[in-house]
Formats: sequence, C-alpha cells, structure tokens
Amino acid sequence: MNLDILALLNAERAARRAAILVTDMAGGEQRVVREAELAGDPLEEALAERFRSGKSGLVEADGRELFLTVQVPPVRVVAVGAVHISQAFAPLARVAGLDVTIVDPRTAFATPERFPDVPLLAEWPDEALPRLGLDRYTALLALTHDPKIDDPALQAALRSSAFYIGALGSRKTHARRVERLTQAGFAEADMARIHAPIGLDIGAVSPAEIAVSILAELVATLRRDRRRAP
Amino acid sequence: MLSGDDDILREAERWRREGRGVAIATVVETWGSAPRPTGSHLVIDGEGTFLGSVSGGCVEGAVITEALDVIEDGKPRMLEFGVADETAWRVGLSCGGRIRVYVERVS
Repeated sequence: MNLDILALLNAERAARRAAILVTDMAGGEQRVVREAELAGDPLEEALAERFRSGKSGLVEADGRELFLTVQVPPVRVVAVGAVHISQAFAPLARVAGLDVTIVDPRTAFATPERFPDVPLLAEWPDEALPRLGLDRYTALLALTHDPKIDDPALQAALRSSAFYIGALGSRKTHARRVERLTQAGFAEADMARIHAPIGLDIGAVSPAEIAVSILAELVATLRRDRRRAP
Repeated sequence: MLSGDDDILREAERWRREGRGVAIATVVETWGSAPRPTGSHLVIDGEGTFLGSVSGGCVEGAVITEALDVIEDGKPRMLEFGVADETAWRVGLSCGGRIRVYVERVS
C-alpha cells in the first residue's frame, strides 16, 4: 500500500466520511473511492451495497478478484448531560472503542475536573449539535432530566439520521416528553426511535450500572443484524 | 466499528512516517467460525512490533513472520490458515474456521 493511500484513508476517517479501498488481489493495485464520488464508478453498484452494509469483502469484476476494505466513520456518542451517569459512561464507552463527546450548558456540571480527557462542550444543544453534525454513525443520549436541555437535543436527533437515540427518565416522564414532542410536530414513528427508559433492562441501580445498560443497548442496536432472535 | 481498527491504521501511517518498515495484514476471506471478521487488520513493523489482530491470537505469530519478509522484498502475499490446511499442524485455528490473510508493505 502506498503511503499516500494510507494517509488518504486516515484523513477520510478523521473527517467522518465513508470510503472504500479497492485492492486488486492479483497485482496489488489499489485506489480509494469516497462515498460522494460513487456515481459513474465502474464498480458503482457493488460499492454502493458495501457502503450500505459497512462490510468488507471480495468481489469479482471482469474476471479479476478485488478486495473491498470498507471504512465507515468511527461510532460516536454525543451525551447531553454532564451528569453522574455520563461520568461512568465516558470511560466505559472509550474501552468499547466509541468516541464520546459531552454537551451540557450548565458550567457547574461541564467541568474538566469531572470529565478528565473527555471532549466537553459547555453549550446548549442548539449550538453544539449542528456543529457536531449528527450522522448515521452517531448515537445521542439525553441524560439531563431537564426538558429545557433534553428536548432540543432530542428534536435535533429526530431530525437527523442518528442510529440510536436514548432518553433518561421514567415511563411517566417519557409520556410527558412524548406529549411535548407531539405538540412540536413530531409523529409516532419519530417517538418509536427513542429508547426510553434508556438502556437494557438489567435491573441497573447505580450510575455505573445504568451506564453499562446504556452501552449494552447501544451495541445491541449497532449490531442488531448479528443478533439471534430472542 | 467497535474494533479499534481506526487507531491501528493511524499508527501504521505514523510508523511509516518515522521511517520504519511497515506491513499491513488484512483478513480478506473467512469460512466457518472465524474469530475476526473480514476487513480486520494487523500492522507490523520491521522489528516485529504489532498492533491489532487477524485471529484470536492463533496465527498472529505466523503472519508476523511472513510480514517481515514482505517488508524486506515488498511483494504482497496471500496466506491461508485453517484446519483443512496442512499448516494446521503447526499453526491453525482451534475454532475450526479458515481464513485468508493478505499481507502488503506500506511503501
């Protein structure tokens, strides 16, 4: 592999853009195709399918064996709420290979002392989320318990293609939230995208246990096509 | 991806820019119950330092040995491991699967 190609792949990943490396297994020739430059490519159909599935694999084209290394952006979690649960969640998620960013306009909560080594934005979701850009490789957690902060975050997530949206709060709290979102113009299908109460039901009690249940639900959503039927 | 393959390729680039010899091994095909999915990477430098994995630790040693030759002569190689392979007696996959691994030099 040419160093330029490796650098290009790394740059595309850093910019959160999907790309595919095409390697000719016979000669070793390689090229990179960005998702935005797919139209008109001789392998357009095969590559489009790979971008959808995110899976690498071999294909045959014109009697040649090609390997497609599919590179999708790293999964990112935007946690709204610099709360106790987020303090437990951030290190767990990092071990699982997820990029975590914390958003909370309350400067008493969003402090580097409470969140060492975690990207932290002491801003309202309305400011921070458009800049972060919620894409289909992003999960959004609404964890503040405060509708003034959680609701705008959830609205932004529902308007995006975020693969996972979770909201902390009891069933009662969530029923009131659904009312507010309905009044704001969101449909039933939108509500179905929200995991609430957030997390897998593992009987979690402490903030750390709740963080484990959220992480488990997030992975289960990410890998749903691999799961055995319940 | 949850695998952390991201950091591995970043490291490979960094190593190369430092002037180290670097090879990238990629799982290109799997049969049966293989421990790491297609597209998984192992990167190796000229000293045998490595990051990532192409199996659960069963065949990494053999891949690293081949990678050192690839770094030396620059010719990519295709390796195959599994119970159906004669090398199974030396290195193989205890899980019963088979994998093909492509090893190339970063030049």
